[in-house]
Amino acid sequence: MGSDYAHRKWCHLRKVLERSGPFCRPDFEPSPNTLQFLSENCKLLVIGAGGLGCELLKDLALMGFGQIHLIDMDTIELSNLNRQFLFRQKDIGASKAEIAAKFINTRIPGCHVIPHFCKIQDKDEAFYRQFHIVISGLDSIVARRWINGMLISLLNYEDGELDQSSVIPMIDGGTEGFKGNARVILPGLTACIECTLDLYPPQVTYPLCTIANTPRLPEHCIEYVKVMQWPKENPFDCPIDGDDPQHINWIYEKSNERAVQFSIQGLTYRLVQGVVKNIIPAVASTNAVIAASCSTEVFKLATSCCSSLNNYMVLNDLDGIYTYTYEAEKKEDCLACSQIPREIQISNSTLKLKDLLAILCERVDLQMKNPGITANVNGKNKTLYMQTVASIEEKTRENLNRSLVELGLRNGSEIMVADSTTPNTVVMKLKFSTSTTDIDML
Amino acid sequence: MIKLFSLKQAKKDGESPRTGTQKKASAAQLRITKDINELNLPKTCGTEFPDPDDLLTFKLIICPDEGFYKGGRFVFSFKVGPNYPHEPPKVKCETQVYHPNIDLEGNVCLNILREDWKPVLTINSIVYGLQYLFLEPNPEDPLNKDAAEVLQNNRRVFEQNVVKAMRGGYVGSFYFERCLK
Ligand SMILES: [Zn+2]
Repeated sequence: MGSDYAHRKWCHLRKVLERSGPFCRPDFEPSPNTLQFLSENCKLLVIGAGGLGCELLKDLALMGFGQIHLIDMDTIELSNLNRQFLFRQKDIGASKAEIAAKFINTRIPGCHVIPHFCKIQDKDEAFYRQFHIVISGLDSIVARRWINGMLISLLNYEDGELDQSSVIPMIDGGTEGFKGNARVILPGLTACIECTLDLYPPQVTYPLCTIANTPRLPEHCIEYVKVMQWPKENPFDCPIDGDDPQHINWIYEKSNERAVQFSIQGLTYRLVQGVVKNIIPAVASTNAVIAASCSTEVFKLATSCCSSLNNYMVLNDLDGIYTYTYEAEKKEDCLACSQIPREIQISNSTLKLKDLLAILCERVDLQMKNPGITANVNGKNKTLYMQTVASIEEKTRENLNRSLVELGLRNGSEIMVADSTTPNTVVMKLKFSTSTTDIDML
Repeated sequence: MIKLFSLKQAKKDGESPRTGTQKKASAAQLRITKDINELNLPKTCGTEFPDPDDLLTFKLIICPDEGFYKGGRFVFSFKVGPNYPHEPPKVKCETQVYHPNIDLEGNVCLNILREDWKPVLTINSIVYGLQYLFLEPNPEDPLNKDAAEVLQNNRRVFEQNVVKAMRGGYVGSFYFERCLK
C-alpha cells in the first residue's frame, strides 16, 4: 500500500517525466529514473527563507525534490507571519531556516531539508560546489552580487574554454510589492547579476541640502535624522540597527519634532520603520507567482523536460496581471562574468615582482602601461604595487625586489591587475613551471 | 542547447575541489582597484592611504590654488562600501570649513554623492566634483545657510569670513581650526 501511495503521489509528475512531448528539449529522455534523481540525487540550495523562500521551499518539496539545503541568517518576527506560512506565533525569535526545514520535513515525507542558520558569506567554495542548482529569494543586492560572484568563481576554464560541468545554474526570484521578476542565470554563459546591475533601481535618496534646509516630505525629516542627527548625537554609540525598536523610536521622536517644526504632515512610526529599513510592503500573491515560476525553471533544468526561460521574466500584478519575458544580455565587459582567469607562466620561482611587472608591460598580448597589482594572500587583500598613487607607491615600492614566493604567491594564485589599457581589473592566474630549471641544470 | 548535468551524474559530494579555497575578489573590490589605479588627480589634490592593502578607506587632500579657498588645506575621508559602485562611497569633510555646501559636521552637499550618483561615475568624478565646490561654492543649495546668505549678499564679507576661518578664528559664534597650508 505504501508503494501504491508513493506511486499515486507523483502520478502527475510521472506523466511529464515518463512520456515525451512536443515541448521537450531534444536531449530529454522519458524515464522513470528522473523522478528518482529529483528525490535522491539532485541537490538544491535555496537562499532565503523569507516570503519568497517559504513559497519556494513548499513548491520544490511538492515537486519531488528531496535534497534541499536552506540558508538564512534571519530570525522570525511577528510581522512575517501573514505571508511566511511555514512559521507560527510560537516560532517568533527562532531561526527561519531551522523552523522552515522542520516544517517541510514533517509535512512532506521523503523530503530532506537541511537548514543553515548563517550568512551566505559564512560558507566557502566547497559548500557551494556540492549543489546542482542554486535558487535565490533574496531582498538584498549585496547578497545577490555575492552569490553571483561565488558561482562565477566556481567556473572552470581549460585553455579559455568553459568546462560546462562546472556551471551551477542560479534561479533568481525577486519581488517588491506588486512587482516581481524571475530569471535563469547560467554563470559564464548568460547574463549574470552584475551584467544587469543597472536594472536594480538605486535606493531613493534626497539632496542633502533639501533635507537639511527645505524639507517638504515626512521622508525628508526621517532622512535628516538618519543621515545628519544620528551621526552627530550618536544616541546609542553604534550605527543604526533597523531591527532595534529603541533606535526606531529615537528616530521617530526626532523626526517628529522636525516635522512639527516645518509643519509637515503624515509622519508615522511605520513610515519611519519603512524608510530606515528601506522596506517595500511585501505582497503574498506576488511572492507566490514568482516562486512558482522559479520552481518551474528549477524543474525544467533538472529534468530537461522543457526549454528554460530565456531568461528574464517580469511580472506586475498591480492592475490585473502584466508579464513579459526578454533575454537579458551578457555584458562583454562585465566585472564578474567576463573574467576568464588568464594564465601567466612563471618560469622561475625566484622571479621578482618587478620582473612580473616587466612581463605585463612587454608581453605582446598585454602591453600594459602602469599596472597596479593586488592579490588575496591568506584571505587578506594585499596591494602588491601601484605606481599611479604616490602614497601607495611609496609603501609598496619595497615589494618590487621581493620574489613572488616571498610575497605569499604560489602556483595557482590569482592576482588582480588594473591598467589603463583594459576596461576592467583583470584576474590572472600564476602558473609556476614545475621547477624544470633545477632539474635541467643537472 | 547545452545539457548542464546528466541524470547519471552522481551526487556531487564526493567531488574533490579542483581549485584551492582562495578567496575571490568581489566585484566591488575589482572595481575600486581599477578606480584607484586610474586616479588622475588635478595638481591641487592628493590622496593618502593609511593602509595600502585597504583600497576602500582613504583620504583626499585638496589645496585650492585659486578662488576663495586658495592657500587652505582640506581633508576628506572616503569610505567605499561592499555595494560599490551600485552605491556611492561615503564622503565626509574632516576639516572645519566655512562653506555654503559643507556643514560644520563635515556633511557635503554634492549631487553625485547622493541623488545623482551613477555606477559609471568613478572616484575621479567625485574628486573633480569636490574640487569644483571650492572654486564655485553654490549658495543655491546650502548646507551652511549662514555662509550661503553672506555669499549671496556680500561677496567681500564672505571672502573675509573664509580667510578668517582658514587662519583659525571665530566666524559668528563658531570657532574654526586653522587649516592654512
Ligand atoms: Zn556578468
